[in-house]
Amino acid sequence: MAAPAKRVEQLDRVVIRFAGDSGDGMQLTGDRFTSETAQLGNDISTLPNFPAEIRAPAGTLPGVSSFQVHFADYDILTPGDAPNVLVAMNPAALKANLSELSSGADIIVNTDEFTKRNLAKVGYTTSPLDDGSLSGYSVHPVALTSMTVGALDGLGIAKKDAERAKNMFALGLLSWMYSRPFESTLRFLERKFAKRPELVEANKTAFRAGWNYGETTEVLSVRYEIKPAKMQPGTYRNITGNQALALGLVATAVRSRLPLFLGAYPITPASDILHELSKHKRFGITTMQAEDEIAAIGAALGAAYGGALGVTTTSGPGVALKGETISLAIALELPLVIVDVQRAGPSTGMPTKTEQADLNMALYGRHGEAPLAVIAPKSPSDCFHAALEAARIALTYRTPVILLSDNYVANGSEPWLLPSVDELPDLSVEFTTAPNSDDGKFLPYLRDPETLARPWAIPGTPGLEHRIGGLEKADKTGDISYDPANHEFMVRTRAARIEAIQVPDVDVEDPDENARVLVLGWGSTYGPIGAACRALRQRGLTIAQAHLRHLAPLPANLGEVLASYDKVVIPEMNLGQLAHVIRARYLVDAVPFNQVSGLPFTAATLENMLEDVVKNG
Amino acid sequence: MASPTQIPVQLTMKDFKSDQEVRWCPGCGDYAILAAVQSFMPELGIPRENIVFVSGIGCSSRFPYYMNTYGMHSIHGRAPAIATGLSASRPDLSVWVVTGDGDALSIGGNHLIHALRRNVNLKILLFNNRIYGLTKGQYSPTSELGKITKSTPAGSADSPFNPLSLALGAEATFVARTIDSDRKHLQSVLRAAAAHEGSAFVEIYQNCNIFNDGAFDLIKDPDSRDQHLIRLEQGRPITFGSDDQFSVVHPEGSFGLKVQEGGTPIVHDAGVDDPAYAFALSRLSGSDLNTTPIGVFRDVRRPSYDEIVRKQLVDAQAGSSGTPEEMLNGLLNSGDTWTIL
Repeated sequence: MAAPAKRVEQLDRVVIRFAGDSGDGMQLTGDRFTSETAQLGNDISTLPNFPAEIRAPAGTLPGVSSFQVHFADYDILTPGDAPNVLVAMNPAALKANLSELSSGADIIVNTDEFTKRNLAKVGYTTSPLDDGSLSGYSVHPVALTSMTVGALDGLGIAKKDAERAKNMFALGLLSWMYSRPFESTLRFLERKFAKRPELVEANKTAFRAGWNYGETTEVLSVRYEIKPAKMQPGTYRNITGNQALALGLVATAVRSRLPLFLGAYPITPASDILHELSKHKRFGITTMQAEDEIAAIGAALGAAYGGALGVTTTSGPGVALKGETISLAIALELPLVIVDVQRAGPSTGMPTKTEQADLNMALYGRHGEAPLAVIAPKSPSDCFHAALEAARIALTYRTPVILLSDNYVANGSEPWLLPSVDELPDLSVEFTTAPNSDDGKFLPYLRDPETLARPWAIPGTPGLEHRIGGLEKADKTGDISYDPANHEFMVRTRAARIEAIQVPDVDVEDPDENARVLVLGWGSTYGPIGAACRALRQRGLTIAQAHLRHLAPLPANLGEVLASYDKVVIPEMNLGQLAHVIRARYLVDAVPFNQVSGLPFTAATLENMLEDVVKNG
Repeated sequence: MASPTQIPVQLTMKDFKSDQEVRWCPGCGDYAILAAVQSFMPELGIPRENIVFVSGIGCSSRFPYYMNTYGMHSIHGRAPAIATGLSASRPDLSVWVVTGDGDALSIGGNHLIHALRRNVNLKILLFNNRIYGLTKGQYSPTSELGKITKSTPAGSADSPFNPLSLALGAEATFVARTIDSDRKHLQSVLRAAAAHEGSAFVEIYQNCNIFNDGAFDLIKDPDSRDQHLIRLEQGRPITFGSDDQFSVVHPEGSFGLKVQEGGTPIVHDAGVDDPAYAFALSRLSGSDLNTTPIGVFRDVRRPSYDEIVRKQLVDAQAGSSGTPEEMLNGLLNSGDTWTIL
């Protein structure tokens, strides 16, 4: 067919949101579009947003699942605030997302789903496609379902299966619109449906039909191109935070030469780490799905006692349950990595939404004086390096370490410049194999003078048989002790141990070198804070940004950094937990800025807030 | 098959005594159990460094401090979970869990049943004194219904667990019962438990002379025990009584076993695959101890958790090649990658 020539426009960035019913395959569609975009060399940031229910009632607002992808010809820091394009697979998806679109956004709707019944389900009395309410947008009505079914006619596919392929029609159409390379998607479909060749054919056909429709239809007159971004040379892959964290843990097993033991209980949004690690037994990794959160950390601690790198992965409710065992690990002074992929609380809260409200629990949530190390990754790919850093601290200092990820970095994705394995830190440890006192006895609590770490003497080592436990121990010997002076000494030593951990200084980004306002963040807010700072600087305002990876102990230079600015602003997805720490510890009048909506900050929100602080003090 | 290293070493009871002062109440049944375990250990022929005792919280859980092996006194109820991680990652070790009726059956009930169903390679010694001792005398999950204690002045309203029935319900592959004061019997049970691959669950009736003194006198006192204590012996008809006048029989048409005078006793076989047999035996005794079997109720073979986990690791490692660094490099570079020059 002779297609009318389409105009091609160059864009520097686009934000697309795919939205549909939970069962419509929007996450998969977004993932594939992201992968195609990565192949092309754009910088990318993604944000999935889905309900906790596996299949909420079809066509309802609570059932809407979406995937947002931001891609550009320059480096970007967030998945984008307001989408330029919405793909709405039904009326619910339109209604749920409309208010967040940028003005004049393109909306591609699946008209087949705009039936009276579906419109009524979400409270539309008239169809928004006909009543003029979408006049501020560029609406492209497409009969996605029926065209998909039509394209598959003759393939001998059941109608239900044919309808399910409509997400591939949509993907084909969007891939055409944004000139994406699609070979990897076709290969993906071959892998995914390897056991059902008829579905490989159906989905490929639907994809091609969508692509061809774009080329021929008059509904779409423009095709877009976004040039590759200038990125550091090297090999990349697109990665989510949970995947990166799991691979980071594999890397710790390799670089420490220790067997890794993961004890975990399924919990959203951390389960994917368990799934991923369970595939990598060849690295000497054992994964145990325990009977509960307490057993999960208990088994990890037992393995650590036996000389493994013990890890447990969970979310906030799980950390609450693990508290007593974390205290035991602190008393035993054994290495242990506890990963908390934070979600909105309290209680069950909103399991698929993000929050940073477990900082207090990580720092203080145990009985007694029970200090430990706390670190947080700043982006999806940074989860890889954060896992290595958590293991470094745990192994070097024989302490539990809490790694605070959150749903935003865990499920979001970005291109990851693959590290060179040989340049990853060496995490090798030496077990104690000989008595450590002059009289030939073994003293399990005799410390290394520098790290204050005690010896790690594992069962199976002849001559070093010893008993450890949760009861207070005498200095050096580890015998049970109720001596008041000894307890005072041990409590203070456990605190000193954590303070003695060497962590890098915090860097300050202040390109104008004359900023008076510092914005301080931690964890997943790095992207939106960075994007907001950039926007302000482009408008001629000056602002400094510092971001904490280490929450306990804090970097040694932090006090000095804070003191060199007139104003310190701390945006957090909680009610000011880091701000409390900073105010208490450094007597700095830090200004908290808080959002607890279950969603990440948008760059625009932070830009507006920071602009006000910079201009008005 | 994963099994503890069996190197013949000449050790004595003294080698298993730690330098710590034993601090149970004078007259506590725990002393007898400790002495029985310490004098039994050399028989195993396992080097001390390959033996680990893990405990929870309670009087019995002080046990590891007194054993000159590796040991961990952990937290309330969690010993089976901690020991699972240790055992699954260190098949070369002989791992023993020491627990009590409150520790194992109340706060740690979940971990106990899951360790048993997984058949983790653990020897679990449950010291049952039917009372909370360390917290000074509250009723426990094995205390009799109506028991008057500090926390139940009007009598306990809770029906007790039968620990062996519970363990059998949790798919335990080895279940036994013995008594603190009968060292010979206790050691025979330990011997059988140590030889078992997988979880071995041993209930030890233990007297708390402070808060529940005499709880097991009916089956300890020479004047009464023969009328109430049923000694299970592999391959032998189950009879008891001062003149062996009582038999354990399987009445026709009945699901369970019962005790009667005379009749044809059943012949004990701990290897019967159907757990219903051991369960029926466990139901002979209740709170009143009137007819109480001791010995090995069940001893069957099923792959242990440790074996299965180990096999998966070994298989995965056999199917891979290259140094760990090369393998990691391959893993990082898998999936859809792209290169920027």
